[in-house]
Amino acid sequence: MTGLSGHNGRGDVAATVCDGFLALADEWIARAVSDNATSWFRRAIESVRGASDGNALAAAIGIAPRRVGKADLSLTPNDRAQARALRRGLDPSDWTIDQLARSALMVASYAGDDAAFALHFDAFCSTAEINELIALCRGLPVYPAAERLEPRAREAVRSGMKPVFEAVAHRNPYPVEFFSEDAWNQMVVKAFFIGSRLWPIQQHDERGNPRLARMLVDLAQERWDAGRPVSGEVWRCVAPHADAEGTGALVRAFETGGERERLSVALALQHLASQRVDAAFSQQGLRGQLTDLQSHLVTEKIDWTSLA
Amino acid sequence: MTGSPPFGTFTCDAGSLQELLTDKTVVCPCCNGPLTAETLARLLADVQSLASVRKDQPHDGLNGASRNPHAGIIIDPHAHMISRTTDDYEAMAKAGIVAVIEPAFWLGQPRTNVGSYADYFAMISGFERFRAGQFGIRHYCTIGLNPKEANNEHLAEAVMEMLPRFLVKEGVVAMGELGYDEQTPQEDKALRRQIELAKEFDLPIMIHTPHRDKRAGTLRTMDVLKEHEFDPTRCVIDHNNEETVREVLDRGYWCAFSIYPQTKMGSDRMATVVENFGPERIIVDSACDWGVSDPLAVAKTARLMAQRGISSDAIHQVVYANALAVYGLNGEMDEQHWLAPAAIDQRTLYEGNSVLRGGQMPRIEQPGRPADDLFIT
Repeated sequence: MTGLSGHNGRGDVAATVCDGFLALADEWIARAVSDNATSWFRRAIESVRGASDGNALAAAIGIAPRRVGKADLSLTPNDRAQARALRRGLDPSDWTIDQLARSALMVASYAGDDAAFALHFDAFCSTAEINELIALCRGLPVYPAAERLEPRAREAVRSGMKPVFEAVAHRNPYPVEFFSEDAWNQMVVKAFFIGSRLWPIQQHDERGNPRLARMLVDLAQERWDAGRPVSGEVWRCVAPHADAEGTGALVRAFETGGERERLSVALALQHLASQRVDAAFSQQGLRGQLTDLQSHLVTEKIDWTSLA
Repeated sequence: MTGSPPFGTFTCDAGSLQELLTDKTVVCPCCNGPLTAETLARLLADVQSLASVRKDQPHDGLNGASRNPHAGIIIDPHAHMISRTTDDYEAMAKAGIVAVIEPAFWLGQPRTNVGSYADYFAMISGFERFRAGQFGIRHYCTIGLNPKEANNEHLAEAVMEMLPRFLVKEGVVAMGELGYDEQTPQEDKALRRQIELAKEFDLPIMIHTPHRDKRAGTLRTMDVLKEHEFDPTRCVIDHNNEETVREVLDRGYWCAFSIYPQTKMGSDRMATVVENFGPERIIVDSACDWGVSDPLAVAKTARLMAQRGISSDAIHQVVYANALAVYGLNGEMDEQHWLAPAAIDQRTLYEGNSVLRGGQMPRIEQPGRPADDLFIT
């Protein structure tokens, strides 16, 4: 594979990611499944290499779970380090064997033409069943021509199917690298609407912004009006960008929320130095309680994964 | 009939009888004509069926005296769930339905282009499967060009070209609904090409028998299947009634009945069919769709059969095991999917079935609120 361009570097760099991923897939699949299944996988990879016939790829991706099974990949810490070394943010820790096989088949089908690849990737997703869609979305970080696949990634986070949404949003470096601020914000807010979690979203503290904070304060207000609970993870996005209204919402959440929500507010404010926030909490006589809970978080080693 | 079953374990198929009779002749008591091995086999099979459905004493529940630990759970192997509400899903799960099969069919209104067909296939193998999983119901589908739309030749050609791409998908348990609507040459062509495709992709077939000219259309469909040497044990003939059941069973096909009380088949008639023909190769489905139909039809029919004294094993066979046997042939539908879901499914696609979790008796509830409860102001 030469002449690759797009996100995964250009030319040889991109080829390294693709080839490296195919090598990892081959190694991990070969050790997880029977010899028969391994030889099926190797033959399938060869049969789709640069194939112009979409049906061969569709057949191989469609049938993959029946050949290699759907068990968890069960990667070792060393495997995970290899993945990260190959491609920043690549995290297949909760992939299944068939998902790895399907992503690898898609990578192998690249025939050296970015536009053609983007087109056939998109066409494939249009006819994909739900498990194919999940697998293909998980593979987004390793495909060539990655930036051309952004519309399909956006489509997936618009999906009403939570596992499809999470295939892009969670443990995936694609959104942080390719989504505009608007797209990012929609993804984060949508996570709350479909009952998903924020903490598996890569680098989401770095992508926080005032508009997102405002949208989430509105969301919290709506939920309070409706007497519905507010996810504590909201405050993680609000705290660093809180305006006066956001600060008021943080105080309200801390004052009226249950223990989990109070802990979330405390954690969100843990490493922030904001005079506005300090003043607001002090004014309500809550500064001491906040400090106490923050010490509690430290001694109990409570982080976002345990609060979500 | 009292006492022990009259025939013990003697296998009364035509082959064994042929062997038994060789040069002997059995004479019919009413007309004195010779009885062939086939006729005798049929008569004996009828008697054994009668014996098998009457094994248990009448009882109220579905679990009754069954030896099967999973008696009471149901598969609805013909349900157009894209037309149904979440209330329906909830009620179905509560009634013990653990899996549904969504056959590809028309939508009430004809599609005018292949794109809308592709989206439909993607939907019944995508979003609908997700939706069902949220209610603890496993969702499978069949893929095919239906006979109504086969009459749009331009569309039909494009769909035929696209089919192979969908036939290999996960969760596709058969080709269907195939068959005839008006029995036109276009429908005939689509049927024959798709029978060949089913053979090529090693898929069972679900046949839609025509509503108009049903008996002739059903016989013709089976003739065409035979002409193409399609194995009847891999084929379900659906929407049967009293007029077609005998031939369908005699020819070795799985024989399905859609409980559409006002038109195709009612629960009461269905129970009579099971009493008369036994549970072998008989399948009950709801065929619920956008019309007047009932997603709980299979559950209600099961309850009625229990009240009429049909054994729980026989009921289990017609509302669960037979469908699983034929639609499980290509390995895409497996009992383990709902009895012991894979780790990945529990994380993502399948919320688990409360009926199985709680192990309680399935309840049958009306979907949604009764119209009387609605207040319009």
